[in-house]
Amino acid sequence: MQLTLEFGGGLELLCDSKKIHDVNIELQNGEDKLTMKDLLSWVRTNLIKERPEMFMKGDTVRPGVLVLVNDCDWELSGQLDTSLEEKDVVVFISTLHGG
Amino acid sequence: MEGEGERERKRGGRVCCVCNEARASVKRPKTLQHMCRECFFHAFESEIHHLILNNSLFSPGERVAIGASGGKDSTVLAYVLSKLNRLHNYGLHLFLLSVDEGITGYRDDSLQTVHRNHLQYQLPLQVVSYKDLYGWTMDQIVDVIGFKNNCTFCGVFRRQALDRGAALLKVDKLVTGHNADDIAETVLLNLLRGDVARLSRCTSITTGEDGIYSPNAYRGFAREFIKDLERIRPRAILDIIKSGENFRISTTTKMPEQGTCQRCGYISSQKWCKACVLLDGLNRGLPKLGIGRSRGSVGSENGNGSKVEKSIQGKQCGTLDF
Ligand SMILES: [Zn+2]
Ligand SMILES: [Zn+2]
Repeated sequence: MQLTLEFGGGLELLCDSKKIHDVNIELQNGEDKLTMKDLLSWVRTNLIKERPEMFMKGDTVRPGVLVLVNDCDWELSGQLDTSLEEKDVVVFISTLHGG
Repeated sequence: MEGEGERERKRGGRVCCVCNEARASVKRPKTLQHMCRECFFHAFESEIHHLILNNSLFSPGERVAIGASGGKDSTVLAYVLSKLNRLHNYGLHLFLLSVDEGITGYRDDSLQTVHRNHLQYQLPLQVVSYKDLYGWTMDQIVDVIGFKNNCTFCGVFRRQALDRGAALLKVDKLVTGHNADDIAETVLLNLLRGDVARLSRCTSITTGEDGIYSPNAYRGFAREFIKDLERIRPRAILDIIKSGENFRISTTTKMPEQGTCQRCGYISSQKWCKACVLLDGLNRGLPKLGIGRSRGSVGSENGNGSKVEKSIQGKQCGTLDF
């Protein structure tokens, strides 16, 4: 599944200082959908190069990290249960640094 | 982006509870309302407008400097204030005030953002440098005192810089932007103050960028706590601020009397303000003069380095204004 992932507010520093990542995620054995929960663990394994604790806490994002799925706060779409579709845009912004 | 509307329909995104038309983009922590982008902006801006009116914050014709750091808080402030000034004819002469510490490379990004704010919101920009304010750039100070001890200078100079810049430019008012998370954190830290001072002495605070440029490094713990609370109860942050406000009002303790520095006129409870003490030391070639004074001896040049450094940083960290 093709997705565009964007990291901001300092999170880009955890993944090679690159803000925008166009990624292609292979769905696991026969599954035809991908949830945010799946995406987070994929990101943690494949994109985050250092200090993963700045990005995640437990199985979700660290409190203070804003998540937008297609410009919409993921709180409105079910957070970890949000199901993603082809060409979705997911943005992660840390609000913890720099007023 | 093409097909986005269609995709959202398919997904059945929620509708804004204010206009009942547009797709909701945020769940506002303050009210838990689902709102679209436009309705959120409108609510936010009109709340600030009423806050300004109710507290009579400004009078027509005033020169108002907006403290601009390039960060999100000051960017939002610059945007909202310039918009409201235009929309409601406040009659304010607004401009952006930015401080350049004179640390090579350090401000490049943020000054760039400030420059963008200047173009985007059509606000005049004034940059004052540490050289203008203190006669020394931060790089020059580091050259004299070394990299590790400049935390004290950083904290003291930065805290005064905007005020001094505003005075230099003869403004009537200086406004600075802060977010609810930061204020709630400060309230909590103020409540914990006694314990925190002890904590900072016995806990080693790592040196490096974080220790030097954000002296309140241990703030992170309070921040994490606040964000955890927010997850359980989104209004918690505003409630903490509220309790801080009440705390302040109900206090019966006599506040220490504020005098002014005999040298520069800045508010100070001592004869000279902290910055003037530090500057005096720098100018006389005794840069460690003001450091750790209230904490007893600082130790010689490099002896006992890490301990001194720790106590300096601990001291810095006990200062809870922002
Ligand atoms: Zn709306
Ligand atoms: Zn002074």
